[in-house]
Amino acid sequence: MSATKEVLITPLFKNNPIGLQILGVCSALAVTSNLNTALVMALAVTVVTAFSNMFVSLIRNQIPSSVRIICQMTIIASLVIVVDQILKAYAYDVSKQLSVFVGLIITNCIVMGRAEAFAMKNPPGISFLDGIGNGLGYGVVLIFVGFLRELFGAGKLFGMEVLPLVNDGGWYLANGLMLLPPSAFFIIGMFIWLVRSFDKAQVEAPEFELAKNTKKEAV
Amino acid sequence: MSANNDSIGKTITVTVLLCVVCSVIVSAAAVLLKPQQIANKNLDRQTNILAAAGVDYEGKDIPELFASTITKKYVDLATGKYTDVADPARYDAKKAAKDPELGIKLDKSVDAASIKYQAKVMPVYLVEDNGQIEKIILPIHGYGLWSTLYGFIALEGDLNTVVGLGFYSHAETPGLGGEVDNPNWKAIWPGKKVYPEGSMEPALGLIKGSVDAASANAEHQVDGLSGATLTSNGVTNLVKFWMGANGYAPFLANLKTGGA
Repeated sequence: MSATKEVLITPLFKNNPIGLQILGVCSALAVTSNLNTALVMALAVTVVTAFSNMFVSLIRNQIPSSVRIICQMTIIASLVIVVDQILKAYAYDVSKQLSVFVGLIITNCIVMGRAEAFAMKNPPGISFLDGIGNGLGYGVVLIFVGFLRELFGAGKLFGMEVLPLVNDGGWYLANGLMLLPPSAFFIIGMFIWLVRSFDKAQVEAPEFELAKNTKKEAV
Repeated sequence: MSANNDSIGKTITVTVLLCVVCSVIVSAAAVLLKPQQIANKNLDRQTNILAAAGVDYEGKDIPELFASTITKKYVDLATGKYTDVADPARYDAKKAAKDPELGIKLDKSVDAASIKYQAKVMPVYLVEDNGQIEKIILPIHGYGLWSTLYGFIALEGDLNTVVGLGFYSHAETPGLGGEVDNPNWKAIWPGKKVYPEGSMEPALGLIKGSVDAASANAEHQVDGLSGATLTSNGVTNLVKFWMGANGYAPFLANLKTGGA
C-alpha cells in the first residue's frame, strides 16, 4: 500500500480515532441522534482536521516547542470559527441543530491529537491527507451510530420515515433511549466489538487475569 | 525544531504573527458572511410567524408573503398600548430585556416562565383585513427543562381562540421534550381558548395525559408531552405568564375595548 493510501485508509477501521484511539467520543454522543447532523458534523470535523493538519505542518519548523500546543489551538480555533460561520450562512437549519457542538470541535481530541502526533513531524501534503483520513474515520463511526439511533429511535433515516411509528398510526414503538446520548455509548461499544472481532490485532492484552471462580459455602 | 525556535524573540514573533493571520481570517469570515446569516435568521423568524399564524407558505417567497400579510407593531406591556421604538430595524427584544433602561428584572414571585429579565416593549404581528384584526401573533418564551423555548402563539380576531403555537428555538431532549415540534401535537392547539368567559386570567395549559373531550375544561387543556413533564410544565408556565397580567393580557384587554 502506498503511503498516501495508507494514511487515508488505515484510520477508517484499522486505526479508527474513536474505535481504537478512543478520541472524540463526547461529540459522537451528542450529534448522532439523527443522520443529518451526524453527516454534517463528520464533514465539519474532516475539514477542520485536514486544514489544521496542513497549516500546523506548514509552520511546524517555526513553532517554538514551548508554546506549540497554544499555536495548534490558535489555528484549530480559527478554522472552527470559520466553519461555524459558513454553516450559519449556508446551512442554517443544520447549524441550529448542531448549536454548540460545532464550536466544540475545538475541544475534539482528534483534531488536536492528529496535529500533535502527525502534522508536527510530517510535510503538509501527507498531513492534509492524514487529517482527511482521520476525519473520515470519525465520520464512519458517527454515521454508523447515527444510522442505528435514528432508525430505532425515530423510525426514520435522513428524516424520511422507514418504520411507521405507533404515534402516527404505524406499528413501530420507538425506543426512546436511542434518542438520548447514553445509547451512543452502547452503539460505539458494539462498533468497537465488531471491528475487533474482524481485526484481532486491535485487541489489547488483558490488564489482569480474572481469578478462577471459587466455590464458597453460604454463611 | 531547532533550538533557536525557543528563544524569547522567536517565540514572540511566531505567536504574534500567527495571531494576526488567524484574527484576519476569522474577522474576514465573520464580516463577509454576516449579511447572509442575518438574512437566514430573518427568514427563519418570518417562516415561524407565518407557520404560527397558519398561513400557507410552502414554496412561496417568504419575505414577500410576510410583507404582504403581516404588520409588525410594538406594544408597551405595562400600559398595554401600541408604542414606537427608537430604531425599529435594530430593535431586539432579547437584547432589550437585559438593558437597564429597556428591560425590567422580574421578581421571582411573578416570574412563572423563569426568564428573569423581560423587555418593556415587545413586537407583535398582526394579520389584518381592512383594518380589522384577523389574527394576532405574539412572541413568547420561557424555560423548559434544559433550555429557553422561544416561539409564537397566534390568536384569532376574538383574541381568545388559539390559531397555533410553535417554537423556533429550544434544546429540549429529542424525542421527549423535543416533541414540542411534533406536528401532531401542535395540531391539538388550534381552537383552544386562552381565557375563561369574562376573565383575563389565562386558563390554557397542558395536563398530564390526554384531554377528555367531554370535560368542562377541555377547551383550556392540551395533552401533556409523555415522558416530558418538566418541558410540559415549562410550556404551561410560559403560556400562562405571557398571556397573563405581566404579559399581553393588558394589551389584549385594550384591544378588545378598542383602546390600544
